[in-house]
Amino acid sequence: MLRERIADFAGLVEPDRVRKEVYTDQEIFEREMERIHETVWIYCGHVSQIPKTGDYYTVQIGRQPMIMVRGAGGKVNVLYNRCPHRGNMICGDRHGNTGDQFRCSYHAWTFQHDGKLKNIPMMESGYNGTRFTRDNPDCNMKKAARVENYRGFVFASLAKDGPALKEFLGRSVVAFDDMCDRAPGGEVEVVPNCFRVIQHSNWKLFLENQLDALHPSVVHQSTGRAAHEVEKILARKAKGGAVPLSYHMLSAFATVTIDKWDDFQTINYPYGHCILTGYMGLRPQDPDTLAYEKVMEKAYGKKRMEEILGVNIHHVLVYPGLSVQSPLQQLRAVRPLGVDRTLTEIWHFRLKGAPEPIYRRSLAYYNLVNSPATLINADDLENFWKCHAGLASDGGDWVSFARHHGRDIEEKGVVSSGPKMGTSEAPMRNQMKAWAKYMHK
Amino acid sequence: MKIQHDVEQFLYQQSELLDTKNWQGWIDLFTADGIYWMPPNRSYKTWDGQPAIFAEDKNLMTVRMGRVLHPDAWSQRPQWGTNHVVSNVSIRKISKNGDIEVASRFHMLEMRRDDVRHFAGSYLHKLKKTKKGYAIQLQRVDMTNGEAAYDYVLQVWV
Repeated sequence: MLRERIADFAGLVEPDRVRKEVYTDQEIFEREMERIHETVWIYCGHVSQIPKTGDYYTVQIGRQPMIMVRGAGGKVNVLYNRCPHRGNMICGDRHGNTGDQFRCSYHAWTFQHDGKLKNIPMMESGYNGTRFTRDNPDCNMKKAARVENYRGFVFASLAKDGPALKEFLGRSVVAFDDMCDRAPGGEVEVVPNCFRVIQHSNWKLFLENQLDALHPSVVHQSTGRAAHEVEKILARKAKGGAVPLSYHMLSAFATVTIDKWDDFQTINYPYGHCILTGYMGLRPQDPDTLAYEKVMEKAYGKKRMEEILGVNIHHVLVYPGLSVQSPLQQLRAVRPLGVDRTLTEIWHFRLKGAPEPIYRRSLAYYNLVNSPATLINADDLENFWKCHAGLASDGGDWVSFARHHGRDIEEKGVVSSGPKMGTSEAPMRNQMKAWAKYMHK
Repeated sequence: MKIQHDVEQFLYQQSELLDTKNWQGWIDLFTADGIYWMPPNRSYKTWDGQPAIFAEDKNLMTVRMGRVLHPDAWSQRPQWGTNHVVSNVSIRKISKNGDIEVASRFHMLEMRRDDVRHFAGSYLHKLKKTKKGYAIQLQRVDMTNGEAAYDYVLQVWV
């Protein structure tokens, strides 16, 4: 039906608008899982989630259930969560420790942490002379085609060919550099908790929202105002003393008005990655920050410390599956569950060697903004659902990304929104450009 | 018997305040330094410095109330309501000064637009005895379904 109307996938995307079916059509969803999520580098997790041999986390890559596991010798493997015998999932829990081997719960086949077959009950009597022999790779748990990690952040690609991780990430590596560099030790470790929230919409609506600088002051007005009222009362009580920064982080959603969001900037890279610059007042001159700066200066020297703390980022989007808020050490991994259902997995990281108050500061943001009792995302989720339901209707054929279209500045393949155009829809245009390229190949 | 009766009445009153959306009345049940806490799972021993679904003092409760009451709290516009049932009220500890710790179980049904969700779990209340009755120093909420992925989110206290 769709095919009759639109000849090819490239026809679905124009520079400033996108066909609604891109969000709602089941056939397109299956194709994008195949050509995008099950091809490109997808974030699996952080090495500190699985510190000991046998530690594992299950993770969804496109439609594929996978296992990220720490093998003997410290190597991190990513395997299909499937027994080569009858297809049973090997790990039924979300995470745990599998000991020195995987053991299928159905017929007790066992495997090493790299997926290689260890033993089959009745190997000799049952399989002698059959095609299932120990050296047949079909007897192993299948591995992800490629696994790489960047500063502890593990990615897997289910396609044999394609750019190496570093080439794929390009300048979006700043997400991980900014996060790790802010630690005096140059490393982060995961806070062992994952908040998981399901939204009733297509996965792309989440990513597009992350760098949409116009929406916060509209959507999050209620929380911004409510936080600002309490912030004012606390400031009066404190008589010049500091009000916890978390109130400012919330009230900014209302006090940073639309014109001020225009002072931010979007920077858009190949493969659909993009950055929204902007600073949420995370470097105030309070005693906690000053103590932290002292530790940082000792670790890096003054010049390098200034460089690190001066990195001006609000969000980094690593397309198609990761939104990183590096100055607050948190990230959201986007897992499509269906054309109209999406799971986000939300993690927080601790800066190794940084004073406790710095951890607590970003923890407050994690709890207030990113927990399942979020004061912020609740209204985003409401909009995602409404968007998806509206797009599924016959009330129109297109989604518009025309805001500041034609005013972007392109230089060496990097597209920036124009001056005082932070609310530009350039990031959405950039994501859809990458999308069309993946889908059309 | 008297204490059992009083504390049961207190817990019923708290759930009634939620179900009738009397947010200020609900906040007023807490002591000045009272905390409402919902940990990510049962293994957590303290709310302080830990990830938490809720870890709110009265100031943050006031932010949450202000948000829900704001006309542009988009997600709260549709028809929405809850129904709590509290039971299995079991006093765990009585101090000499009359402060008590009480455990209970709850079921909560929530209706939002056309969807119904069901939450259940346990409460642990640390209650301070005051002249005006009990006040909550700490309320811990462990939801049985708290570790499952949240299909949509929680907007107010459970």
